[in-house]
Amino acid sequence: MRYGMAVDTRKCVGCSDCVVACQTENNVPIGYCREWVVEVMDGTYPQLEIEIRSERCNHCDNAPCVRCCPTGASHVAEGGIVLVKPGKCIGCGACIASCPYDARYPHPDGYVDKCTFCIHRIKNGLKPACAAVCPTKCIYFGDLDDPNSEVSVVLKKRKSKTLIPEAGTVPMLYFLI
Amino acid sequence: MREEIIVSGRMNPMVDPHLYIWHWQIPLYLFLGGLAAGILFFAALYFISGKEKEYPTAVKLVPFITPLLLVIGLIALFIDLRHKAFFWQLYTSIKLQSPMSWGAWTLMVITPVSFIWCALHIREFVPDWNWKFEWLKTMEAFFNKYKKALAWVMLISAVILGIYTGILLSAFNARPLWNTSILGPLFLASGLSAGAAAILIFSKSPAERKLFAKIDLIIIGIELFLIIHMFMGFFASTQVQIEAARLFLGGPYTVSFWIFVVIIGMIVPAILEVMELRKFHIPAILPALLVIFGNIMLRFIFVDAGQASRWLY
Repeated sequence: MRYGMAVDTRKCVGCSDCVVACQTENNVPIGYCREWVVEVMDGTYPQLEIEIRSERCNHCDNAPCVRCCPTGASHVAEGGIVLVKPGKCIGCGACIASCPYDARYPHPDGYVDKCTFCIHRIKNGLKPACAAVCPTKCIYFGDLDDPNSEVSVVLKKRKSKTLIPEAGTVPMLYFLI
Repeated sequence: MREEIIVSGRMNPMVDPHLYIWHWQIPLYLFLGGLAAGILFFAALYFISGKEKEYPTAVKLVPFITPLLLVIGLIALFIDLRHKAFFWQLYTSIKLQSPMSWGAWTLMVITPVSFIWCALHIREFVPDWNWKFEWLKTMEAFFNKYKKALAWVMLISAVILGIYTGILLSAFNARPLWNTSILGPLFLASGLSAGAAAILIFSKSPAERKLFAKIDLIIIGIELFLIIHMFMGFFASTQVQIEAARLFLGGPYTVSFWIFVVIIGMIVPAILEVMELRKFHIPAILPALLVIFGNIMLRFIFVDAGQASRWLY
């Protein structure tokens, strides 16, 4: 079992519904975010191209945040999901400094917080909040080891990329291009 | 011309400034830890080689400031933690891949060792010192018996402490400026040079001053070599590391790094020390203070600049 996500950059309109859904579902304090939307405008006027990406933690296979954590608070849970145990986290910031995607933030309560792929929802057979709420249905989620899962099927059909694979993190968040 | 504009939903004053996660506490600690490591290294080295009579300042007097340095450093580290009540979780596990875990355990060893080392030498400076309790006297006798073993522990843990201040940063592949293995040796060398400078400030014996001025000169030479080597390595590496090096060669940190760290912190004190060795009259405290100043700046600039360097995507 290996959970993964694919975001269709051609279908995403950048409405930020996923961001709001995430904040509501996970009680993210106002002003912080576990996920965000990036718009990259590329080219020279009038030949412009835009890519819109809904980004979050990449739940890397080789996660630097897990390696750098001095207490073991950052750990790999079932399905390769990278999680933080608030009761073990000392808030030293090593994982924040070690994440090339800047996917973590210090929660005002002291511990470090990040995307959990909504593990509490997955366990109940639901999709993560961002994928469930997306109005253009551009977020695919599922088990990458299962060739028939929604995400495996779409990754087979379409070209995709990951963010900075050269950092050696082996991300599990794909972008369909 | 090709242009790229990135609009990010996280451009929010509550989010991105928070990712500048390490402020003054970490570089201050890195400096104090490096300085303490340098002092304890020389104390242990000259005790083990049986030269404590020749170099009494290095072996006996200057180590008295290390417990203070380490305690201030630990307080700075504690202030840096955001989940302070859980700090003890550091000592519930050993994570060999996490430099911070190494550091926590090294501090757990070296801080008590530095206190014991001072306790063993307190009679040198306060002749009629009296440990009020019997068990303290027993402890003193015990550690006096095994002083050589204690010195070895101190030597090894001082080297680990000195080198780990650099490795702490170089373990982060997300920050290309830090992600160079030169940083461990560079920070160890600069900690040793600060330690030698601290001994120079307090030493009254000409032979000792001459030795540590020479040691300081050699270490400054090594540091300059490592810095040049580091930038050569960056420019021979990937785009992100080239960009990281540019922070110091034309970028926002150029002036502060080359003037405060290299010129004021290394080249000027090296020239002054050469002049002193050639019998010019130079106040000994001046090059030593400049070296320590350069050390502080090196840590502050590196911690700050590292967080400004990042992968491009």
